Amino acid sequence: MQNISIKINGKSVSGSVEGRTLLVEFLRNDLNLTGTHVGCDTSQCGACTIHVNGVAVKSCTMFAAEADGFSVDTIEGQENADGSLNKIQQAFQDHHGLQCGFCTPGMVMSAADLLKNNSTPTEAEIRTHLDGNICRCTGYHNIVKAIMAASGQDVSAIAAE
Amino acid sequence: MYNFEFVKPSNVADALAALASEEAQALGGGQTLIPTMKQRLASPEKLVSLLGISEMQGVDVSGNIVTIGGATTHANVAAADAFSGLTGLASGIGDPAVRNRGTIGGSLANNDPAACYPAAALATGATIVTNSREILADDYFQGMFTTALKEVEIITAVRIPVPLASNYQKFEQPASRFALVGVFVAKYVDGVRVAITGASENGVFRWSEAEAALSVNFSYDAISSLSVDASDMISDLHGTKEYRANLVRVLTGRAVLSAS
Ligand SMILES: Cc1cc2nc3c(=O)[nH]c(=O)nc-3n(C[C@H](O)[C@H](O)[C@H](O)COP(=O)(O)OP(=O)(O)OC[C@H]3O[C@@H](n4cnc5c(N)ncnc54)[C@H](O)[C@@H]3O)c2cc1C
Ligand code: FES
Ligand code: FES
Repeated sequence: MQNISIKINGKSVSGSVEGRTLLVEFLRNDLNLTGTHVGCDTSQCGACTIHVNGVAVKSCTMFAAEADGFSVDTIEGQENADGSLNKIQQAFQDHHGLQCGFCTPGMVMSAADLLKNNSTPTEAEIRTHLDGNICRCTGYHNIVKAIMAASGQDVSAIAAE
Repeated sequence: MYNFEFVKPSNVADALAALASEEAQALGGGQTLIPTMKQRLASPEKLVSLLGISEMQGVDVSGNIVTIGGATTHANVAAADAFSGLTGLASGIGDPAVRNRGTIGGSLANNDPAACYPAAALATGATIVTNSREILADDYFQGMFTTALKEVEIITAVRIPVPLASNYQKFEQPASRFALVGVFVAKYVDGVRVAITGASENGVFRWSEAEAALSVNFSYDAISSLSVDASDMISDLHGTKEYRANLVRVLTGRAVLSAS
């Protein structure tokens, strides 16, 4: 076992982990931050996407010990200061960007990663950025629409599907 | 996954010392090794992370040489101010989260037959720099998942001569997003080099007939009537040998037309 300390959603957290403890296991099992989902555990689906030092990472494909001393952001830290949904989360709700919701935490974290570097992405840029986020339900259309809306673009001409 | 000891040295000497023990293995971005360990296809007793070694990070362009630290992520290569064939290849590997972790050293050490970087390294005649020596790409790749690297040897950097024009074309295997076939074309003063990944049972290779034709006439017409022998090609549920052989020619043509 080794001791690690990570800044998670702005708060310093310490813990003791095995070498093999995945970052997602540390979040979900040790810290009870179960908003980060495990869809595949084979690095394919992106449900476990979080931010490590400000960039999107699959938390099922990183060891907790690798994040020692780093800052980590998860879906639990995305809400506004007053507890309301942030603009990406709100846009997913407004535009039906989810059905079962299993992929949604990863989608929201990937969208946040995109919008940080590209404030008004095109539809093609959004779809390319979501290459590693798989959704079994929605067909992606309303996810893309929600992200366009979250970036302040007019989506009224995009038909609901 | 079996348990192991995790260490993260801050320089190459300490990494080599840690790797000298039995059953120790280097960890780059873990985008290949962690899935492999989950399947118990690898079970190191000690993992030596190379990502804390600052001398193995970053992209430097000076004169006609791009030098990439062995632990530099695909995302950092994609964002670098280097030639477009290289940055374009890096920006097409996997997906954004994979690119934020995976490294060039890990990709070249692994030498997956469908990986992208081996094509760039071979087509540019890159030099693979390790802790103890320099290996020319032509000597480095020795078939699928096989390289000239020895037991305790890490890739500290890759040096790439800047081409006059280059391009990488990847036909994605839609589920894995690896290359079903990938072609890197690089034009230099003394000739053109063409490296093919994803296609051959023997791993990445140079297509010498196309190189000869393109060195005389760098145009699509020069290679449009050439063909590669399908007998050595990979055949799987994603594509037959003949399909891959055809893709080699088609993608080489596209790479020539897009080269800049
Ligand atoms: C969903 C997904 C999609 C992908 N798509 C693509 C793709 O389209 N194209 C592509 O090329 N790749 C793709 N990859 C693979 C990805 O590029 C990996 O990052 C890469 O193959 C391995 O790099 P790594 O740094 O993650 O190495 P690791 O997984 O950490 O290590 C791989 C191997 O290399 C060794 N190693 C690591 N670093 C060094 C070093 N500096 N010196 C010596 N040995 C070292 C390790 O011991 C291990 O044996 C994909 C991966 C995933 C999960
Ligand atoms: S759970 Fe991590 S990528 Fe699917
Ligand atoms: S909403 Fe069900 S997987 Fe995306």
